Amino acid sequence: MTKAIWMEIQCEFLSRLRMPRYSVPVLAFPLMFYLFFGVILRNGFLGGVAPAVHVMCTMASMGVMFAPLMGLAAGISAERGLGWMEVKRASPMPPIGWFLAKFCGGMAFSAIIIAALFAMADTLGGVRMPAGQWAALGGALIAGSIPFCVLGFVLGYLVTASGAPSMINLVAMPMAFCSGLWVPVQFLPHVIRNIAGFLPAYHVAELSLALAGGAGHGSIASHVQALAGLTMAFFVAARMVWRRDQGRVHAG
Amino acid sequence: MVIAELRNVTKRFGPVTALAGIDLEIARGQLLALLGPNGAGKTTAVRLLLGLSTPDSGAARVFGRDPRERAARTRIGAMLQVGRVPETLRVSEHIRLFSSYYPKPLAFEATIALTGLEGLERRLFGNLSGGQKQRVLFALAVCGNPDILVLDEPTVGLDVDSRRALWRHIRAFVARGGSVLLTTHYLEEADALADRIVVLNHGRVAAAGTSSEVRQRAAARKIRCITALEEPEIVAMAERVSVRRDGLFTEIVATDTDHVLRRLLACDPGARDLEITSAGLEEAFLAITETKR
Repeated sequence: MTKAIWMEIQCEFLSRLRMPRYSVPVLAFPLMFYLFFGVILRNGFLGGVAPAVHVMCTMASMGVMFAPLMGLAAGISAERGLGWMEVKRASPMPPIGWFLAKFCGGMAFSAIIIAALFAMADTLGGVRMPAGQWAALGGALIAGSIPFCVLGFVLGYLVTASGAPSMINLVAMPMAFCSGLWVPVQFLPHVIRNIAGFLPAYHVAELSLALAGGAGHGSIASHVQALAGLTMAFFVAARMVWRRDQGRVHAG
Repeated sequence: MVIAELRNVTKRFGPVTALAGIDLEIARGQLLALLGPNGAGKTTAVRLLLGLSTPDSGAARVFGRDPRERAARTRIGAMLQVGRVPETLRVSEHIRLFSSYYPKPLAFEATIALTGLEGLERRLFGNLSGGQKQRVLFALAVCGNPDILVLDEPTVGLDVDSRRALWRHIRAFVARGGSVLLTTHYLEEADALADRIVVLNHGRVAAAGTSSEVRQRAAARKIRCITALEEPEIVAMAERVSVRRDGLFTEIVATDTDHVLRRLLACDPGARDLEITSAGLEEAFLAITETKR
């Protein structure tokens, strides 16, 4: 059973990694944007931290949002739509292994993006932080991918395989903008800043900025609380769509 | 000994009755072919036996258990019609993953040998030919060393060579003592592989018997002519005869058309526009169904 779970996680990760239409954009975009805005345009200060640090945090937040959303939502909708899920369900596969594989896959890609961004920030961006602070920041960001894993799971049951990429972008792009990942929150209109408080990406970004030494909006505790609350809400939705799908498959 | 069965199973999808109270039994060591045209209810029967759906009435049992139980699933290997399989995993990774689901899987090398995948272990699934892909799906069904294999149209879309290769591997599984339920709409396939054939049509069992019994019955021909004789008179001429009116014409499907023809001409010398053709599988099934009534 443990072996099955471990194999499931490995296979999920490897199959994603070998899929260039997934791995390339998910890994390359945050790094590319960091190069543009964190390294090349790094003059001036934003919210009390250097752009090299600010953009590192916002791009890491974008990475931990897109990787699990794309991975889980597109992956699950494809498996459901094309009959592969049926093959797995007919086998004695432990469902827990399948869940864990999906979540670990999303978190693993998040971790790779974070590590690559940190390496870039250290070498090209000239960002200096004590080891403990790097670790806390990295840990918080990886944990920050959890709500997006759950959200991706939900979307995977709501969208069709062919519609998945555009639907995911339709959710993720506005969320990235409203959360201040592309334009710092203080430059956004008031209306959008009010919406931001309900978006997980906003709280992940603010949390990481606070941990990186920036003067963020709101306390660390408030962001952790908000993220925990949002994750719980997504879990409830995930349970609902999972149940509904089980019922449907049995009926159909 | 019966190891898997459907007992008086009915399954409806909205207004469509996919299965109308069928009984199906698979014995240990048996290769049972479920034969029928598209829409006969074959896939529905398979899905019920695999616990992928539940019957509206009646019961599906595998080793005396509900097939949704893990204890039942670890003894079943399934090959379904699947639109797409993750293409960026290697053959070996797919097999090792599915092997890990079972308590006593075959050794990896044994699975490869049993399914003729030697030399393809490191290939990505997406880079395989159609026949090779089907063999990998077959390997995923046998790798757990199951007692029964359920194969839903395993050779559909394959060329003759690939089909025969897969037949060989299916026979090898049976030779090792395994049982198989296989669905197909090729009479030839059922004939080549099965100990016992159950013919399904419109969700009912139209006929059941050994391969040669069914083949003989299904080797029907069709007489088309204009005759003054009434349906009951023609049906009484021989066993396994079905009659249909088509405007002026009468269509008679029978296995012993020579005999029927002689009787027909004896009783109605005025019969004309005679035409004899070999009946399609569906019409042959119809002939079988008529005898059961």
